[in-house]
Amino acid sequence: MKFIHIFLIVAIILNFNFLKADEIKTENKITKNLRCLICQGQSVYDSDSEFAISLKIVIKNKIQQGLSEEQIYSFLKMKYGEWILYDPVFSRNTYFLWLLPILIFLAGGAIIIKRFYKKK
Amino acid sequence: MKSKFIPLILILIFLITFVIFFKGLKNSNIYAPDTNLKKEVPSFELKSFENDSIVISEKIFKDKDYYFMNIWASWCIPCKEEHKFLMELKKDDRIELIGFNYKDNFTNASSFLKDLGNPYDIIVSDKDGTTSIEWGAYGVPESFLVYQNKIIKRFIGPINNEDLLEIQKIIK
Amino acid sequence: MASLIGSYSLGFGLFFSIFIIFFSVRNLRDYEILDKKIISFTFIQFFFVVVSFLGLVISFVNSDFSNETVFNHSHTTKPLFYKISGTWGNHEGSLLLWLLVLTLFISIFLLKSNQQPKKYRIFTLLFQQIIIIGFFVFLIKTSSPFNYIFPKPNEGLGLNPILQDPALAIHPPILYLGYVGSSIIFSSALAAMVTSYVSKEWAKHIKRWVLVSWVFLTLGILLGSIWAYYELGWGGFWFWDPVENVSLMPWFALTTLLHCVLVLEKKKILTSWAMILSIATFALSMSGTFLVRSGILNSVHTFANDPERGLFILIFLFTLIFLSIFIFIFFHSEREKIENNFFWLSKETAILVNNWFMMYFLSVVLIGTIYPIFLEVITANKISVGPPFYNKLILPFLIPFLLAMAIGPNLNWVKSDLKDKFYMIIFLIISFLLSALIIKQFDISFLINTILITSAFYLFFSTSREFFVKRFKNLSQNIAHFGFSLLILSILFNNIFSNEVITNLKIGETFKTEKFTINFENIEQEDEKNFKAIIGKFNVQNLDGSLDILNPELRIYNQPNIITSEADIKTNLLTDKFMTMNYVQNQEYFNIRYQVKPFMIWIWISVILISFGGFLSLFKKRYEI
Repeated sequence: MKFIHIFLIVAIILNFNFLKADEIKTENKITKNLRCLICQGQSVYDSDSEFAISLKIVIKNKIQQGLSEEQIYSFLKMKYGEWILYDPVFSRNTYFLWLLPILIFLAGGAIIIKRFYKKK
Repeated sequence: MKSKFIPLILILIFLITFVIFFKGLKNSNIYAPDTNLKKEVPSFELKSFENDSIVISEKIFKDKDYYFMNIWASWCIPCKEEHKFLMELKKDDRIELIGFNYKDNFTNASSFLKDLGNPYDIIVSDKDGTTSIEWGAYGVPESFLVYQNKIIKRFIGPINNEDLLEIQKIIK
Repeated sequence: MASLIGSYSLGFGLFFSIFIIFFSVRNLRDYEILDKKIISFTFIQFFFVVVSFLGLVISFVNSDFSNETVFNHSHTTKPLFYKISGTWGNHEGSLLLWLLVLTLFISIFLLKSNQQPKKYRIFTLLFQQIIIIGFFVFLIKTSSPFNYIFPKPNEGLGLNPILQDPALAIHPPILYLGYVGSSIIFSSALAAMVTSYVSKEWAKHIKRWVLVSWVFLTLGILLGSIWAYYELGWGGFWFWDPVENVSLMPWFALTTLLHCVLVLEKKKILTSWAMILSIATFALSMSGTFLVRSGILNSVHTFANDPERGLFILIFLFTLIFLSIFIFIFFHSEREKIENNFFWLSKETAILVNNWFMMYFLSVVLIGTIYPIFLEVITANKISVGPPFYNKLILPFLIPFLLAMAIGPNLNWVKSDLKDKFYMIIFLIISFLLSALIIKQFDISFLINTILITSAFYLFFSTSREFFVKRFKNLSQNIAHFGFSLLILSILFNNIFSNEVITNLKIGETFKTEKFTINFENIEQEDEKNFKAIIGKFNVQNLDGSLDILNPELRIYNQPNIITSEADIKTNLLTDKFMTMNYVQNQEYFNIRYQVKPFMIWIWISVILISFGGFLSLFKKRYEI
């Protein structure tokens, strides 16, 4: 039991740098998907406003506390509303947003195929 | 039949688009989130403004029914505008004012209060702005009206005379 | 004085519209050939708009603050170049520029179209006049650039410093040449429908206008994106911001039209489709103006918002749309059954496939841009649609698009087969191996990246081969397609392999990562004419021992009082090194952003190549197969 414990600690220490690099990656990924609410048109990652700088620290802390990406998104959604998320979730409000382009694509394909069938 | 159907649909789509755009024009594009939230006050631990002692939120919001939480900074120009209304609000003893000193340093902030007066009963300092994020704040100045541990109203930007009257009406 | 002349000549210009319309209608009835008077009047109208525009330019140069527009957007300490570019850097001036280009283009159109039927020319002029009058009224009624202020202020409010940039100074005129060029296509398509002139000849004639607008629009978008990269300080060149999308949508429509016209030029098919595209291109340009100028969208690019202006453009835009729907329904008849025969494997099909994908991309951007407006009005919910949405919906579809783009130009008209096309498969295998190798090298294991790079390489190889096989035949198309493959490759590499760091540093501190070490050595102060600069002295030690010296700046402008951050960018053929420094409230440290972005310059080069392809095509006598 003790052996496993020590082994785990060693593994964590060895992996420390790796984990940290991963954390930065997640942090960047999350902040790129967030709208900087006071800049109107920049992501939190891209912005250097006071709001964005603080939000970056908050997200870094949340990641270190072990929150998952999804948990962080839902935390922010609760605080600031869906407006903060650049990647709109697939919900009742966004069915059309996600599906309409695909439908248009399919319809376009159908029109082209129909042209060939018509002639035959 | 079909050839008349398509143009009609087309015209209908464009008409709807027109109406939507027309209505969209009248909406303000400055985003104001729902200002009447019934949310619990988020818990936090912050350093006190005067000394380095830790202040926890549970200790702040417990004696009174009404609290007015105001985020401010000495470097923020609109904060000077709203300050006189805060001083006015201080006169009412049904409400306690909590100052969130946002990304500020002690020297500037205390001379700000010396010049304009100190309306706050308690001041905590939010050095990196993270606790303000927990409150769902956007920046400075911003204020929250708290009633029995729930945020009942928020004010984005400096408060004005109308806001003051509204607050005084609520706490009566 | 200059303002006064400008203001009056604007009125005169509008007045001449009446003459033009009167004589055009009379000419339509009475004479066989085009009345010379009409051409003269059109030129006089153009002349008046030029005078008016020059009046505004002179007011800006002389810093005549009794003019409201100058007062709001200029300042005596501003460099001369930005005083001039300030003319169109604001709402009023940019509309005057629109009008200038509108009248310029219709004059050129009348001169260049003397081979075309008289009726068609006059109708084009008439439709164009409707647009011109619309803009005249809009300008004079809601946004006159010549409003007078009394008493005259001593100093102006200044131009937003982030707009004081050479790329942005020429960005609006170039973009407008593209937008307004599409107005000629619009009027001409309506005229062609009314006079039943939708034909191969029409396609040949309008192709030049399509190409001209397309080249300018492409360059205009490029300039905007270069500006965003240098000036906005986040190191990106495209953010799927509504204002960017708005310029991209007419580009999609124009590109589609360009390909469609190539078919129409050969044989009389797809006429309805060409008409719809011609109308859509201009409608999209106009809605762009509406969306940007009305303030209905949230964007980085803030313009003056005035609901009255928005309402005017909205009504005007929809009047034009309903007018064109009306003309399309009642005048256009599809008489093209005779020549409608081609096989599934042919150049025609390839172009149809191009059109199909282009329309899909257009619809993604269109829906992504306006959906939030719809949702907010209908349900009062506010959502954001940002880069992840566009990436998810566009990237997967890019793969078949690129493959089709590689194969399409190698097909013949009417019917084609795949014999002797063995090299195509070889190329595909090579591309796949190459991209798998690259992806593996860099330890990124995304399947979609591999496939995307494969298809981009495939297009790259196919078009490269064409240069050798076909030599100068079809050169323009090949350059454009080659440029596109290069663009996609550079964007992909740029996205996948860029290295970014954001950190807070005090003077004298060092920041270390696996790949480089940033030393913040010192800061210096400098005083310029209209700003104070704080220059950070940095050196970056790379893994291979080489040293980069970067000096990002903070600029404190005097008028208006704004702090901006100027990136320092070291560019070479392979990578860009990008650094910005930002002030943090009440802290000793600065916020430093350092990015290593591979192939950045190739993004610009490839877009220039693409538009150069279109430019070359202008000088061709006939379409080559």
